[in-house]
Amino acid sequence: MKKDLKAWLFLIPAIAFLGVFMIYPLFDVLIYSFEQGFNFVSQSFAGYGFYNYRFVLSDPYFLQALKNTFILVIITVPVSTGLSLLISLGLTSIPKLKELYQTIYFLPYVTNTLAVGLVFMILFKKTAYSDGLINLMINAFGGSSVDFMDGPYWAKMMVTCIYTIWIVLPFKILILTSALSSVNPDYYKAARVDGTSRARIFWRITVPMISPMIFYLVITGFIGAFKAYSDEVALFGVDLNTAGMNTIVGYIYDMLYGNSGGYPSFASAAALILFVIVFAITCINLIVRKKLVYEG
Amino acid sequence: MKVVLEHLTKRFPNRNRKGDDVIAVNDFNFEIPDGKLIGLLGPSGCGKSTALNLICGLEKPSDGRIFFGDKDVTNLPPESRGVGMVFQNYALYPHLTVRQNILFPLQNLKGEDKLSKEEMEKRALEAAELVMLGELMERRPRELSGGQQQRVAIARALVKTPGILLMDEPLSNLDARLRLQTREEIRRIQLRTGITTIFVTHDQEEAMSISDEIIVMKDGVVHQIGAPQSVYDDPTDRFVAEFLGTPAINIFDGEIKGGNVLLGGDVIGHAAGVPGGEAVIGIRPEGFKIAEDGPMHCDLGRVEVMGRDTSIVFTHTSAQGKQLRAIVDATTVPATLRESAGAGSEGKVSFTVNPFKMYFFDKTTGERILPKGENR
Repeated sequence: MKKDLKAWLFLIPAIAFLGVFMIYPLFDVLIYSFEQGFNFVSQSFAGYGFYNYRFVLSDPYFLQALKNTFILVIITVPVSTGLSLLISLGLTSIPKLKELYQTIYFLPYVTNTLAVGLVFMILFKKTAYSDGLINLMINAFGGSSVDFMDGPYWAKMMVTCIYTIWIVLPFKILILTSALSSVNPDYYKAARVDGTSRARIFWRITVPMISPMIFYLVITGFIGAFKAYSDEVALFGVDLNTAGMNTIVGYIYDMLYGNSGGYPSFASAAALILFVIVFAITCINLIVRKKLVYEG
Repeated sequence: MKVVLEHLTKRFPNRNRKGDDVIAVNDFNFEIPDGKLIGLLGPSGCGKSTALNLICGLEKPSDGRIFFGDKDVTNLPPESRGVGMVFQNYALYPHLTVRQNILFPLQNLKGEDKLSKEEMEKRALEAAELVMLGELMERRPRELSGGQQQRVAIARALVKTPGILLMDEPLSNLDARLRLQTREEIRRIQLRTGITTIFVTHDQEEAMSISDEIIVMKDGVVHQIGAPQSVYDDPTDRFVAEFLGTPAINIFDGEIKGGNVLLGGDVIGHAAGVPGGEAVIGIRPEGFKIAEDGPMHCDLGRVEVMGRDTSIVFTHTSAQGKQLRAIVDATTVPATLRESAGAGSEGKVSFTVNPFKMYFFDKTTGERILPKGENR
C-alpha cells in the first residue's frame, strides 16, 4: 500500500502534465462540439445537441475541405510509398555514388517547408515576368500556359499533390533503404541459385520481408495526409477557402482563428469528424495488416 | 555428376587500395568423383566458402575453369548449373510455409521445364518425405527446430533434382547432439540419392566422420586430398597433421641423426632412411605408451580419466606447445602415476613411442620428411 503511494507520488508530475495538456483538452473538445450556440465573448451556450455537426457537415467550405483532403490522401499516399520503394530499390542496387544520391534524396527532409514552397513558386507561379518554369517547358513543347496557382481546380490539386509527395518522400526513402538493407542477402543468393526471376524475387521475397515497414509508412502516411495543412499554406497562402484548396485541419484552424474565426464549437465538431475518419481508416489498415503483412 | 576444377583461382581486391589482392582460392586442381560426399575442410577464413560459391556460381572465378561432368560451366549463372545449395543459416523464406519453401524452386521453372501443379506438389512431397518432414508441411520455419529447418533447406535444395548438392557449414548452427544426428542424416540422404555432395566445414571431426574424401585447405591453397583415414595417417605437411585429430598432435623440436630420432638428447625412436638434421617431430596422442624404462622422459602434469581411455597431460623440454597430451588405454596406467599426479608433486612419466604415429616435418617449410626412396 505504502509502496503504491510512493509510485503515485513519482507519477504525479507526468500525470499532471499529460492531464492538463492532453487529456483535459481531448475531453474539452468533445464537450465543445456538443455545446450549441456557443458565444465566445460571454463563454455561454444555449444547450447540448448535434447542431454543430449538422452545421459543419452542411457547410460547403467543409465539404470542399473534406473532398480536397480525401483526394490528397488517395493520391499522395500510394504514389509516395510506391515511388519511395522504387527509389530505395534503385539506391540499394547502385554500388557507386550511393551516398551522394542518398544525400540528394534526403535534402527535402531538412529543408524548411516554406523554402520548398518558394521553389514551387518558381516552378509553377505565373507572375508579370514569367509563367513559371513548368509553363516554359509546356510552351517549348507547343502547349499553352496553365495557371497552376490561381487557375483550374485540378491544376492546383496537381501542384499540391506533387508538393506533398516531394515533402514526404525523403523520410520514406530513408526508412525503406534501411529496411531493404536489413534483408539477409542469403535469401537473394538462395533465390538466385533456384533461378528466381527478378520480378518474382521482388514480389515474393523483398516485399514480404519489408512489408512491416511499408505498412508503417502507409499508416503514418494516411494520418499525415489527413492532417495536411501547412503544405497548402506554403503554396496558396492562408486564405485557402477562397483558393478552394482548404483541408480539414485548415477548416478547423479557420473556425478558430481565421477570418471567420471565433467558433470553437464548429472547430471541435470538425476535429472530431476528422478523428473519426482517421480512426476508421487506421482500424481498416490494422485489419488489412493481419492479412498482408508478414510479422518477423 | 563429377566436378572438375582446373586452375581455379579467385582474387579479391584488397580493402585498402594499396595492398595486394587477397587470394581466397589459389589454383585449385582436382576432380570430385561422381556420387561422392566430399568435405572441404579448413580453418575459418581459408577460402572454403569462396570455393563453394565458385562451384555454385554465386562468385565468378578470376582464373581457371569449372566442369560439371564434361560440361564447362565456368561462365554459367547458378540457375543454369543445376546445383542445389544449402546455406549456413538455411536461408528459408520465413514468411512461407515448409511446403511453399520447397515448392519455390519448382515454381521458378519456365518454358519446357514448367511443371503442372499436381507434379509440383508430388515432387515437393517426395522431397519432404526424403528428409522425413512429411507431416510438417504447413508449418512456418520459425515453428521448426534447427535440425528440422536444416532438413527443409536440404529438401528445397534437392527438389529440382540437381546434379550437385553444395552445403555451407551445414551443421554449425546446431547444438552438439543434433549435429551428430544431422550429419548421419546428411550421409543417409546423400547415399540414398547418390548425389555428388560438397560440404564446407571447419570441424575436422565432422568432415572425417561422413566424407568419402576430404580436401584440407588453408589460406586458399589445397594441402591434401584423400580418404579421411589416409589423410589422418599420412599427412603431407605439418598443417594437415596439426589440423586433423582431437586432441591435436604433439609437436616437438628434435633432430634426426644416423637414423635415430633425438629429443633433447634422448633417442626416442628410429627413423631408418630419413635424412639427418633438425626437424619438427609430431607425435599423435595415441602414439604414446607408458613404460617405466621408456626412452622419452617427461614431467607429469595431470591425469584425466575418460573411462575407456586415460588422457595424460605432460610437458617436455623440447615441446613447442606448453602442454602435451597422450591418450592411453586406462588399464595401462599404473596406480602410482595417478597418485603422483594427484599429489601435485613433481611426478615423472616415461613413454615409448609408436613409430607409425610419429611424423617428421621440415623446420621451415613444414613439409613432411619421408625416408629416402619412399614417395607419397
